[in-house]
Amino acid sequence: MKTARAVGIGGYGAYVPRYRVPTATISAAWRPHGATKPAVAEKSVPGADEDVVTMAIEAGRTALGRIPELDPRTIGAVWVGSESKPYAVKPSATVVAEALGITPATVAADFEFACKAGSEAMQTAVAFVGSGMTEAALAIGMDTAQSRPGDALEYTAGCGGAAHLFVPADQALAVVEGSVSYVTDTPDFFRREGAAYPEHGSRFTGEPSYFEHTLAASRRLLAELGAQAGDFDHAVFHQPVPKFVVRASEELGFTAEQIRHGLVAPRMGNAYSGSSLLGLAAVLDQARPGERIFFCSYGSGAGSDAFAFHVTERIDERRQGARVADYLDRRREITDYGHYLRLRSKIRRD
Amino acid sequence: MDLPRYHRLRGAYYRLEGRRCTGCGAVAFPPRPACRGCGGRELEVHALAPRGRVHSFTEMATAPRGFDPPHLMALVELEDGPIIAAQLTDIDPEDIAIGMEVEMVTRRIQEKGPHGYLVYGYKFRPPVPRGEAS
Ligand SMILES: [Zn+2]
Repeated sequence: MKTARAVGIGGYGAYVPRYRVPTATISAAWRPHGATKPAVAEKSVPGADEDVVTMAIEAGRTALGRIPELDPRTIGAVWVGSESKPYAVKPSATVVAEALGITPATVAADFEFACKAGSEAMQTAVAFVGSGMTEAALAIGMDTAQSRPGDALEYTAGCGGAAHLFVPADQALAVVEGSVSYVTDTPDFFRREGAAYPEHGSRFTGEPSYFEHTLAASRRLLAELGAQAGDFDHAVFHQPVPKFVVRASEELGFTAEQIRHGLVAPRMGNAYSGSSLLGLAAVLDQARPGERIFFCSYGSGAGSDAFAFHVTERIDERRQGARVADYLDRRREITDYGHYLRLRSKIRRD
Repeated sequence: MDLPRYHRLRGAYYRLEGRRCTGCGAVAFPPRPACRGCGGRELEVHALAPRGRVHSFTEMATAPRGFDPPHLMALVELEDGPIIAAQLTDIDPEDIAIGMEVEMVTRRIQEKGPHGYLVYGYKFRPPVPRGEAS
């Protein structure tokens, strides 16, 4: 897919909470019998005063701070993609837009598509700016992923995400070369209204879901662009567990060096809707003018959004504020499972 | 905090917006309908600096209802002068020091039970340390 006028990312910002729980702390509490080693060593945990709204505000502030010449009031759309909204009914995006000084003349809504909600917001932001409807649109993917105590997901469900502000290409630090979306009805993972924790459609995990959609969307985008894996300097994928990313990228022909900067899950777990957007932010922290970035998300239910970006000279002047690595290095370890349960509000006073 | 008050003060809570008197220049935070200095009513929106230093602090032994422990209260001297009362976050009590640099973040400051509304507002925390770009 291409837009009528060229569009790119004008500013970006990431967020990862300060707390980490080693997965060894979780296995010590549950003593799973004959279980395999957890896929990550530790995962990020939100502070007691954090949620998707507060995390999205911080990522959004960084994104806007990196393009100070842009008046927040010219941003015509704010979308927050998440599967862990603080309210079942009441938009997160209006709080975020208000805190960032974007209200009231803006479109605002929350997006839901499991882990693809953030990249869905990116597609829509590209379309809004690309059609000329608005001069800027803010797409955020952020999650404080839920997991049932003792469930396999508890070892990888992390927290974090990123904000990407789309603007016309002449003001962009990375220009969108094109994008595709690929979706089917696949029952691999779901959570019903009112249910506290998600469920797995176990036999649909992996092959018919993550790999089918990630590979199909990626191949379609490469075909549309007439490009090959080797034409890109960096590649970012949705990161449920690191080994999924390694396998999908290898099948597409990407090397370990190409996925290195964007692979954040080993240090924080799976950030769900935030995962691929955070990986993209980590790549932008490192990218040089002229480089090309390949991006592909995945969300259960199921679908993938693939994007290609071309990094511009502006990248070097748009790196004020905390980088992804700074957030990952800022860590306060929680080694007490009870403290972890309290931070995740699984035990509470009222 | 009741809902109408929270809604009325959201500019102050989310963006540190006070009022500046166009007559005498006095700044009020949170906003007031009239200037305390000269009684003037011509006031303009004035956002305070979102950075400052810890002027003094205390750990409240019991967090008020709707606030989560540890409840760390500080007086923060902002870069542009005013001193405001705010909670500290993302820090352990033993690591707080008078004079330490802090920046504003927006956090949950109250939850009206599992079915009630959430109050978001300013807190302060040490800036995220910046490593060398690689
Ligand atoms: Zn006055």
